Amino acid sequence: MSLEILGISVLWLFLFGYVIVASIDFGAGFFNAYSVLIGKDHILANVIKRYLSPVWEITNVFLVFFFVGIVGFFPQTAYYYGTILLVPVSISLILIAIRGSYYAFESYSEKGGHIGYTLMYGITGLFIPASLSIVLTISEGGFVEIVNEEPHLQIAKLFTSPLTWSIVLLSIVAVLYISAVFLTWYGKRARDEHASNLMRKYALGWSLPLIISVIGTMVELKGHVPEHYENMLNLWWLFAISGVLFFITLILLFNKRNYGIAVFLMVAQFGFAFFGYGISHYPYLLYPYLSVYDSFTNETMAIALVIAFIGGLVLLIPSLYLVMKWFVFDRDYACGKHNHHV
Amino acid sequence: MNDSAVMWSRALTELTLSFHIVYATIGVGIPLMIMIAQWVGLKNNDEHYLLLARRWARGFVITVAIGVVTGTAIGLQLSLLWPNFMELAGQVIALPLFMETFAFFVEAIFLGLYLYTWDRFKNPKRHLLLLVPVAIGASMSAVFITIVNAFMNAPQGFDLVDGELVNIQPVLAMLNPAMPTKVAHVLVTSYMTAAFLLASIAAYRMLRGSKHVYHKKALHLLLKLGLVFSLAALIVGDFSGKYLAEYQPEKLAAAEWHFETKEDASLMLFGVLDGEEVKYAIKVPYALSVLAHNNPFAEVKGLDQFPEDEQPPLYIHYLFDIMVLIGTLLIVVAAIYVLGKWRGWKFISSKSFKRIVVAGGPLSLIAVEAGWWFAEVGRQPWILRGYMKTAEGATTSGQVDTMLILFAGLYIVLAIGSIVALIRMFRNNPIEREIEEHQQVEGCEEQ
Repeated sequence: MSLEILGISVLWLFLFGYVIVASIDFGAGFFNAYSVLIGKDHILANVIKRYLSPVWEITNVFLVFFFVGIVGFFPQTAYYYGTILLVPVSISLILIAIRGSYYAFESYSEKGGHIGYTLMYGITGLFIPASLSIVLTISEGGFVEIVNEEPHLQIAKLFTSPLTWSIVLLSIVAVLYISAVFLTWYGKRARDEHASNLMRKYALGWSLPLIISVIGTMVELKGHVPEHYENMLNLWWLFAISGVLFFITLILLFNKRNYGIAVFLMVAQFGFAFFGYGISHYPYLLYPYLSVYDSFTNETMAIALVIAFIGGLVLLIPSLYLVMKWFVFDRDYACGKHNHHV
Repeated sequence: MNDSAVMWSRALTELTLSFHIVYATIGVGIPLMIMIAQWVGLKNNDEHYLLLARRWARGFVITVAIGVVTGTAIGLQLSLLWPNFMELAGQVIALPLFMETFAFFVEAIFLGLYLYTWDRFKNPKRHLLLLVPVAIGASMSAVFITIVNAFMNAPQGFDLVDGELVNIQPVLAMLNPAMPTKVAHVLVTSYMTAAFLLASIAAYRMLRGSKHVYHKKALHLLLKLGLVFSLAALIVGDFSGKYLAEYQPEKLAAAEWHFETKEDASLMLFGVLDGEEVKYAIKVPYALSVLAHNNPFAEVKGLDQFPEDEQPPLYIHYLFDIMVLIGTLLIVVAAIYVLGKWRGWKFISSKSFKRIVVAGGPLSLIAVEAGWWFAEVGRQPWILRGYMKTAEGATTSGQVDTMLILFAGLYIVLAIGSIVALIRMFRNNPIEREIEEHQQVEGCEEQ
């Protein structure tokens, strides 16, 4: 495997990690806010809080890892994407900042949360994936113009394109679905039948919109970049596996069985789709200006980064294992038997 | 070249960094203080120190949250506002940037583990061990990110041939000459700031009438640590001066208003500049030669050695003075306290001394800001000294001014939010109440 492919695969994997853990986080915030509005917050609040509190910082680091890594492995992305993304990414940053900080202010304060904060927390959770998914749309090409050798983003064109809005819609629906499936399992684990059942309903409810938005996005993509659509058709089997996993997940949820396996299948489903999408986009990082090859860093730096990455994993994997063992998989913790917060 | 984009990019970067370093400095220093307090508590079996660690950790969470989100902001803003610079830096200095994310990752993971496992272990030493990676991760993030900054001051590890980068050596780029003094200075001043900030809180509670021995213990521990770290900062600061004289003489010359190259150079304290004339300054003969070369008669390069368009702005002298003045003052305060304890001086228990200690916390933060502004403005007009001017690195986007307003609004919200959350957290739960509740719980368990 060439270093270019290794680099982009590692980054894509971390981006996928971010998509999954952040989706759980963003969706949970939304469900929490929604349950406050309809007066069912007593059902969900505990489960959501106990899962999210220890891990919200880790979620953020996945994102940082991705954007630092991509500038390291593909320095030209800093030039192209840096120049054109000032406005959309700044907006995402402000939303992430508001969310991260309200998280700390609210969840560590003595009293229960303020309703205004809770709602804001829920809504930002949907705006963040929407604003970040703009980057995916831009990478498809057609929205960037080179004037005087400098890239410019055509904002009006971007915001009037149906492709943009179908990807935004898909990202929001996917967030809600991923989060609901995960919390169905976590609620069950915490022996909280009410929370689990409520989340199961949400998961099943969001599955149909998910199918519709996937199909809609494919149609838009076919009209916008036929080459990319062709590439995706060539990888049809990856998407077929993803679809099959999706239906097995739904069957398990429907029959109220094996939620743990359902979560695993759901992650695998998005994994196949995410990597299928990524591979079909290959070799472009920004169609048609920036490919994986012409933007790759010098070989010395690439090797240094790979060594640093392996070293980093040696530290990360055992630490993440501890988080899983003590919080996500620890029944007593999930049930709230002990409160060991500082 | 889009001049206003350069100006707004500088303004936005300065705003974000100035805001971030308050929380980042706290983030580097406080884990060490928590670790020391918890260790002392376990060793002496003293509940008060354990409570210190616990309460500091609780407040620390809020400052970490702001540090994380503003750190994410500056991380992305580097590429958004300085795309040309990051393209080049990505090829030479990506390694420490990348390693910084791992340090941050380890810190984030273990902080979560530490916060949610208080009293969970039968052996409390195991819980203390969780804090070791937090403190190391926090300090290592500072180390790696400071290496990137040091590289901007003293770039090396590559050759520029006809505009192409060749012969790139990532490790050599990390081990640049500015690295040792910068990294050491950032670390010790972060520890020092954390010690004085926490001491300032303890002194404030005592001034407000709390007689609890808890605050006395905190103050005693923190001022001793403050003395150690501020003395270390003084020594490293002296090395930094020698580094500047050797590698960045224009920064030192601008900071000291040293216009002409000469021997027996004197150090300039305070004063105002009237054209090229310095008024009301205190001149310490030979001191600049000593600072620069350890020799009172050595020659120190002046600004006359540099073309005008490569000279830093002269107002950095004031920033340098503020930093050094506050540093010196804090050494004196901590030294008086330690000496006073030893010799039994009454003065150190007085209200006026406590007021000075209260001022020490905010002052140390001002010194951190002044020091960073001095270091950063002092390398103007370069973004990469000797290679790339700041104006060549900036974005060409026309919307930076709008983003500046948006982020300014965000930082105001974050500042107010974090202060309100911290005050609410501790005002509603003073130490007297927490100790009382703690004893009741223990009492229940014994029955």
